[in-house]
Amino acid sequence: MVKVMLWGSLKPAAEGKAEIHVEASNVKQMLDAIGKAHPGLAPVLERGVSVAIDGQMHRVAGYEPLREDSEVYIFPRLEGG
Amino acid sequence: MHQVHVSTKINGDEIEYLCETDETLLDVLRDKLGLTGAKEGCGSGDCGACSVMLDGRLVCSCLVLGAEAQDREVETIEGMADGENLHPLQSKFLEHAALQCGICTPGVLIATKALLEKNPDPTETEVRYWLAGNLCRCTGYDKIIRAVMDTAADMRGA
Amino acid sequence: MLDKPNKPEKQKFNVVGTSPLRPDGVDKVTGRARFGADMVAPGMLVGKILRSPHAHARIRSIDVSKAEALSGVKAVVTKDDFNADAEDQDVLYNIMAREKALYDGHAVAAVAAISQSVARRALALIEVDYEVLPHVTDVDEAMKPDAPVLHDHIFTEGVEPKPTKPSNIAQRYEFGHGDVEEGFSEADVIVERNFKTAATHQGYIEPHACLANIANDGSGELWCCTQGHYMVRNTCASLLGIDVSRLRVTASEIGGGFGGKTTVFIEPVAAALSRKAGRPVKVVMSRNEVFRASGPTSSTSSRIKIGAKKDGTITAAESELNYQGGAFAGAPADLGAMCSFACYVLKNVRTIGYDVVTNRPKQAAYRAPGAPMAAFSVESVVEELAGKIGMDPIEFRIKNAAREGEKSSYGPKFRQVGLVETLEEAKAHPHYSAPLGPNQGRGVSCGFWFNFGGQTSTSLSINIDGTVALAVGTPDIGGSRASMCLMAAEELGIGYEQVRAIIADTSSLGYNDVTDGSRVTFASGKATIMAARDSIGKLCERAAKMWDISPDAVVWEEGHAKPAGANAGEFEPLSLAEIAASAESTGGPIAGHHEVNASGAGTSFATHIVDSEVDPETGRVQVTRYTVIQDAGKAVHPAYVEGQFQGGAAQGIGWAINEEYIYGEDGRLQNAGFLDYRIPVASDLPMIDTKIVEVPNLGHPYGVRGVGETSIVPPLAAIANSVSAAAGVRLTELPMSPPRVLKAIDENK
Repeated sequence: MVKVMLWGSLKPAAEGKAEIHVEASNVKQMLDAIGKAHPGLAPVLERGVSVAIDGQMHRVAGYEPLREDSEVYIFPRLEGG
Repeated sequence: MHQVHVSTKINGDEIEYLCETDETLLDVLRDKLGLTGAKEGCGSGDCGACSVMLDGRLVCSCLVLGAEAQDREVETIEGMADGENLHPLQSKFLEHAALQCGICTPGVLIATKALLEKNPDPTETEVRYWLAGNLCRCTGYDKIIRAVMDTAADMRGA
Repeated sequence: MLDKPNKPEKQKFNVVGTSPLRPDGVDKVTGRARFGADMVAPGMLVGKILRSPHAHARIRSIDVSKAEALSGVKAVVTKDDFNADAEDQDVLYNIMAREKALYDGHAVAAVAAISQSVARRALALIEVDYEVLPHVTDVDEAMKPDAPVLHDHIFTEGVEPKPTKPSNIAQRYEFGHGDVEEGFSEADVIVERNFKTAATHQGYIEPHACLANIANDGSGELWCCTQGHYMVRNTCASLLGIDVSRLRVTASEIGGGFGGKTTVFIEPVAAALSRKAGRPVKVVMSRNEVFRASGPTSSTSSRIKIGAKKDGTITAAESELNYQGGAFAGAPADLGAMCSFACYVLKNVRTIGYDVVTNRPKQAAYRAPGAPMAAFSVESVVEELAGKIGMDPIEFRIKNAAREGEKSSYGPKFRQVGLVETLEEAKAHPHYSAPLGPNQGRGVSCGFWFNFGGQTSTSLSINIDGTVALAVGTPDIGGSRASMCLMAAEELGIGYEQVRAIIADTSSLGYNDVTDGSRVTFASGKATIMAARDSIGKLCERAAKMWDISPDAVVWEEGHAKPAGANAGEFEPLSLAEIAASAESTGGPIAGHHEVNASGAGTSFATHIVDSEVDPETGRVQVTRYTVIQDAGKAVHPAYVEGQFQGGAAQGIGWAINEEYIYGEDGRLQNAGFLDYRIPVASDLPMIDTKIVEVPNLGHPYGVRGVGETSIVPPLAAIANSVSAAAGVRLTELPMSPPRVLKAIDENK
């Protein structure tokens, strides 16, 4: 199972959970799975999020592969200067 | 609209133009004569990006009317290099990476050339105060000051 | 669970790491370089924009008939000339006011005329009927329940239960882990303080400028100064309701951006005017317009609480950060909250950010958006806490510093990072132990920025004489063309002078994300390296053809194709120039390409040391010595890396002691010019010493990290710490202008 960590403000939409475990082999599958499990998250996910996969930040990640034991953090979409 | 006829000398060339009475020398240079090396950063004499020489005096061309150039001599950045040979300041600015975006560079070069003609051996403080009218937002001035000091030393040695 | 080779692919370099002259240099010292306002087109008109004088007003009606009737006026546009269904409704509203004008300077109409003077007179003839509304420009005021509300569709997100009433708080963000209450209970010393920072402006010397030329069939061209011409193309197409393929955008030379040119302001307006007039239209902002109606930073208020044990271990840290981002949601409260404690490994941490709208221009990115303000407050408390424990502030930071493999304050584990290395360099630097004079103080601060990768497309053509034409799509704001040439030359094994880089227009190259997030040397560099490798593969194929051997039997070394070994056959190496010269007979043009959504950007840390002198009579602050130490991963062009360090520090000095958006009671900006909004001039600053630290980023073949943004993160706190030390009182509000410093000194007496 991939371990997905939500940023704090998303917890209420995920029934208070900061950590979710899903079966997924890429980021798209992971986002679909958590959106399905916690419909409250869907609007945020649709607006676009950045993810960190095993410590590596991706501003936009679609089909980035995940491993069975990957740790993924979800963040608001990053913007820079 | 009544326009004024002006005869002047720009970078050594006899030039004639018509301009409106409220038109600045900067607008004339850029819009009428195609000399776009002088830049408008503020239009109020605060940034120095439009610096040119008028009868040997450093001015902000945004604060001079086009009509005021009658019978005078204007020098702009376009007249700084001698054909394919860059002025020593121009070369040193490149060597010292003294520009990043380059928008302030023409004004800084004109102002610096004026300084070195007046004072070939300026201290760092003198360079900093002389250039206080030329804003640069990219470099923090460090490499500009170094380039100026280095050019001055070279030109004194030459 | 980190994949980690220990070293970057390449560690020995021929040209990378040298500082040759930039390819665009001569143009820039001779006045030949063409910036945004320098382009002309036959039949060109002058475009000017009418702006709201009110901070908040309902627009009852706009009558443009008199302006349209004026001789020489060729087009007048209002909101109705834009696509109401545009994808980004906030940008649509920001470039031209709709139901309401939301800030002093908000565009309400625009004209295109045959001259400046006709355009000016036409603007004066436009009649706008405003119903002036109550306004709010301060972040704390805007968050109060009885504040005038800007938008009736903003219901705070990120809070439970969901609000039933609209407010100015667009979003609440929260990050962190552990139990901060428990952490604070373990602390021997706790420092808690409130801070404020004023809004500042990027202050690029070149005002926004755009020449639009839209033909009668709706297709056209834009020439403009921007950090992202593909963004301009896509956004303008959406705002005008036309196909992306109809627009071709060329990025001019850009006279500074710093994040402020990552969105559109005048570009769609120029395009709409041109479409309506059927002629080219040039719009150039005045400096007044740049201040009032482009995208300054957020102003902020914050509360920071950090607890530590006597041995210097931080036990808990908490930040609450309020960012007002002007008239539309999107202030970088999330980034501020994520960055605030990123320099430290913390067991218990909670950071909260609020994104707040006010009657000010919509904020835009400014170098590490959101991070400097957060670092200001956090690093001020860190310095104070170190003092209370009696520990050297650098030792205190080293003890708690972010390290490889440790969990960051915002969550993920760090990969290879160089914070400790910058701190160790700082501790050993002669600056840190130099004696101070009277009324002088020394301050230190660390800073962090993520750095981005992103979408990138690069093309590299081998010319007939063996030189190389490199086309990248990321506007060069600080010398990046030189860095690209260095990386291409490195891969190809040829001289730097043999490669020339240009910024291609939107029709010549695939999509490229904006030049932002310190991504260009990393991402465009990576794409350049890969495009060079692609071309090397093709060069080897051509050599194989000429030698009649298998392409697998050819290797590329030192700018030559060579047989891979004795079995491959005996052939004299073929130079790039030799293969290029015979390209026509070996299969035609040779070029390499690479398209990628680059990942693997490496975060960057810095430590700054500052000495300031405070005049106790006037409160005036003079920075007397400044040292920047930053991790660049691998410095491709060290002189321009130093330039980024120095530029960020100088902007930080301005932010810390001078620069400030000042709004009057009437909600109007009172200092919209360089005389009253004073950015640092040459005589304000000392030399800015730099030290490049190189801890490779393994996400890049050479180890490169972005360097452009991190340099502005530490200065605010480093200077505040030095001023506080010099003045003998903690300064908590920026800018530390003479009246504020004097007040703090007087109150402390």
